[in-house]
Parts: sequence; C-alpha cells; structure tokens
Amino acid sequence: MKFSMRQISEVITGDPQANKIVPPTGYTARLTVFTAAAMAFLAVFAMALSLATGRLADRWSAELARTSTLRISAPVDQADAQLRAAINVLETTPGVAAARALTLDEQRDLLEPWFGPDLPLEALAIPQLVEIIEEGDGYDSTGLRARLQAEVPGAVLDDHTRWREPLVEAAGRLRSLGWISILLIASSTAAMITLAAQAALAANAQVIRVMRLVGAQDSYIASAFVRRFTVRALIGALAGTVFGLLAVMILPSADVAGGFLTGLGFQGWHWFWPLIIPPLAAIVAFIATRAAALRTLKEQS
Amino acid sequence: MIELDKVAYSYDGAELFSHVSLNLAPGSFHFLTGPSGAGKTTLLKLCYGELQATAGEVRLFDAPARDLERDQVAMVRRRVGVVHQDCQFLDHLPLAENVALPLTVAGREGESGNLDELLSWVGLRSQANQLPPQLSGGERQRAALARAVIMSPDVIIADEPTGNVDWEMSQRLLTLLVELNRMGKAVLIATHDLNLIRAAKSQVSTRVLRLKDRRLQLAGAEL
Repeated sequence: MKFSMRQISEVITGDPQANKIVPPTGYTARLTVFTAAAMAFLAVFAMALSLATGRLADRWSAELARTSTLRISAPVDQADAQLRAAINVLETTPGVAAARALTLDEQRDLLEPWFGPDLPLEALAIPQLVEIIEEGDGYDSTGLRARLQAEVPGAVLDDHTRWREPLVEAAGRLRSLGWISILLIASSTAAMITLAAQAALAANAQVIRVMRLVGAQDSYIASAFVRRFTVRALIGALAGTVFGLLAVMILPSADVAGGFLTGLGFQGWHWFWPLIIPPLAAIVAFIATRAAALRTLKEQS
Repeated sequence: MIELDKVAYSYDGAELFSHVSLNLAPGSFHFLTGPSGAGKTTLLKLCYGELQATAGEVRLFDAPARDLERDQVAMVRRRVGVVHQDCQFLDHLPLAENVALPLTVAGREGESGNLDELLSWVGLRSQANQLPPQLSGGERQRAALARAVIMSPDVIIADEPTGNVDWEMSQRLLTLLVELNRMGKAVLIATHDLNLIRAAKSQVSTRVLRLKDRRLQLAGAEL
C-alpha cells in the first residue's frame, strides 16, 4: 500500500468538498469513536503495566545483583563470635565492598509483613543477617562459601541468584506481555475500524457509483472515507486516553501502600508515553480505512 | 475520440450484439435507436468505460479501453459527460452541488462561475438548493444534463435524456446539445423519441443508428 506525506497532510487538513460527499452516518461513527476510546483506555493500562514491570525488573536486577546476604544460625553463646568471624572473612574477601550486620530494628522491619509490628525479636532465636555489598565484578561465591564453611560453620551465604533470576525473568515477561497487549489492542482496533469502514462503504455504494460516473479517482473517493474514520479514531482515542490516565492517577500510590500491584502506574516522564496513543490510533485508522476503501473500490469496479 | 471496432458484448454467455463499429469524431452527432432490450444502454456504457467489450476493440481517446487502469478510466470520464437513464445523484447534497460535482472531484471548484447560468438554462435556478429527492423526474433529467455538460466535455453521451420532460423542455435541451455540438463536441444520444430526432436533423447534421437483431445499422429514410 502506497501513501505519501501529501496524502497524510490532506487527511489532517481535509478537503471540505470531499468531506461533504459522503453522507453523515450514525452508527458507524459512534461505533468507531467508542471502539477507539475503549481501546485507548485499555492501551493506557497495558502501557502502565508494561512500564511498571519494566521498572520492577530493572530495580530487582540492579539492586539484588549488587547485594547478597549471609545468614548466621548459631547458639546464643557463640553468636557474637561467629558474627565477628564472618565479618572478618567478608572484609578480607576480594570483591566485597562492605559487610554489615543488620540491626534488630532492621530485622524486625523485614519480619513485620509476616508477623506484624511489635515483634519481640529478643525472645526469638532468629538467625543474624549480614548484608554484603559487592564491588567491581563481585566476589567468588564458591571460594567464599568454602572459607565460611571452615571458619563460620553456622553461616549460609545467599547471593539471591536462586530467586532473583526467576523474579527478574517474570517481570521481564510481564513487560513483554504488556507490549504484546498494546499490539493486540492496535490490531483489534484496526480490525474493528476495517469492519466499520467496509459497512460504511457498502452503505454508500450509490455514492461511489455517482462519484465514479463523474470522474472521481479511487484515491479521491477513499480519502473522503479515510479522513472521516481517522478523525473519529483520533477523537475516540483522545477521550479514552484521558479517562485511562485519570484512572491510573487514582490508583493507590506505591509509596503509601508498598508492594508490587499498587506500583502500577507512570512515573516521571513516563506520564508522556500515553500521549502517543491518540496519534497511533489515528495512524492505525488511516491505514486500515485506506486499505479497506481501496480494496472495496477495486472489488466494486 | 471514441472508436468501436467490430465490438461484441455477451452477457451470461448470450450475445447481446456483435460486429458493432462506431466512430464518435469531434463535432459528430449520433442518435442511437432500437427496441427495448436491444443493448443501447450497454453500447453507451462501452463508450465511457463502464463495461468492457467481450470481443473487438474499444478505443477511448486513442487508448485501448481494455488496457486502462481504473484511475485512467476516471480521467476518461472527465472528458465524457454522461446522462444516465436513472439520473443518479448524491441525495444528501443540494442540486447545485450535485451539478458542480464533476468540477469538485476534478479539483476545479473555482470554475463553477457559470453554474447559475447553466441552471437557468435547464430551468432549475430556483431549485438550486433543493435536494434531489425533492425534484420531479423531469427536473432530475435536466439536472443530469447540466451535470454532464458543466465540465465542457469532449463527448456527451445521453441515455433517453428527454424521457421525462415535456416537448418544450426537450427542445431547450436539444438546443443546448446542438450548441455544444457546434462547439466541436461529439454527441451520442440513445432515444425512442422520433420527434426529437427529427427536430435535431432540422438543426444539425446527424447520423441515426439503429441497434437491431444484434447489429448496428444506419436507420432508414423514414427518419
């Protein structure tokens, strides 16, 4: 299918005479506007999902890749000695920037989502956690494990790989699903607009006959339909995008409630991303209607 | 300008006519007569690319009709003014805009200065803002003729253009066609109206053709 910038410009600026040639239609106009609005609304959410999971994957990937945890389970009378020995091992390990024992408050915060606030941590025999910050290419985990086994028997090194990778992969797939959803939404929009355009063309067979009789070329006839559907899709998508953005705005904030699901939304300049949806819908409508119009005109010739 | 050379047309395997040769040269004036169902309308449609001949060759402005793309056929139709039997219009547009439609689609809206004059000529100036469904059969026919000639085409093809108008109006329409013919336009009219043919013969040199028994013949001296 061939179309030039001039044709796109004509769609935007319009030919008042060509516009009048196709009679105003009721249900196809409403159907197109509604479809574009509904699809744009869904596209805003798909985009929000995709961007949010993208952020999540990046954060998990970046934060967890640079840290690991050492868990020391030792009898109460040996706990301090094992902690000192572990810190000593870690501080002398190449690739470890810092090693720090978590305070009781920090450990309480970690357990709070499961056990609630005011947990009497002192009364429980819970392991001591040590946060390890890596530097450069990181440390040799096999070598470190061997040293720890020899010098701190109660220590277990968790470099987060075991659960980080599946989580990052899941977030990455969720991001892909979001973009696939946007593609599907665009395809569905194209399909529905094609159907509406074909219905309009069939309903205006007499108009097309008359236009041909007086010497109208296919591109002229098609342009009257194309502009109408493109403008309807643009208006519908604008409305759908505005409603979608409002709906995303009223989602609970991630800062307030925490957790993953409440983090759905846009941050910073990502709020501008949904603005591409209306022009994208218009381009989809332009291509779909033009293809449908030229195909129908060819069949009717 | 429009030439038919040993043209045949078959529909669903049945031959409607064959060996039809015709040359619409500049300044020529032809009448096409014949019984209903003989194929007059089909023959006219071959002359403006609406149908393709099943045998023989149709040449439209020196180009074989068979080789023309759809857009090229559209360009041919800008040079051929057609008055259909059923006078097709855009029912949602006022009469004046319907008559000016050929100029509109050709991007020549600026040349519609003589639209009022043309509408006056066919007696429709006061109906300029009416919609086609509000017009009588005769008014629609006159409007169709006005639309056919507004581009000052090289060829005017009319299918029963006076079928729904009274004698006085048919004379006015004939006078308009004769004037256009004197300007060098080729005119081809399919009609059953023998009085119209006689009136035309008194004003201009015409050829009267009869489509009968699947052949195109020169009509007899009774006309």
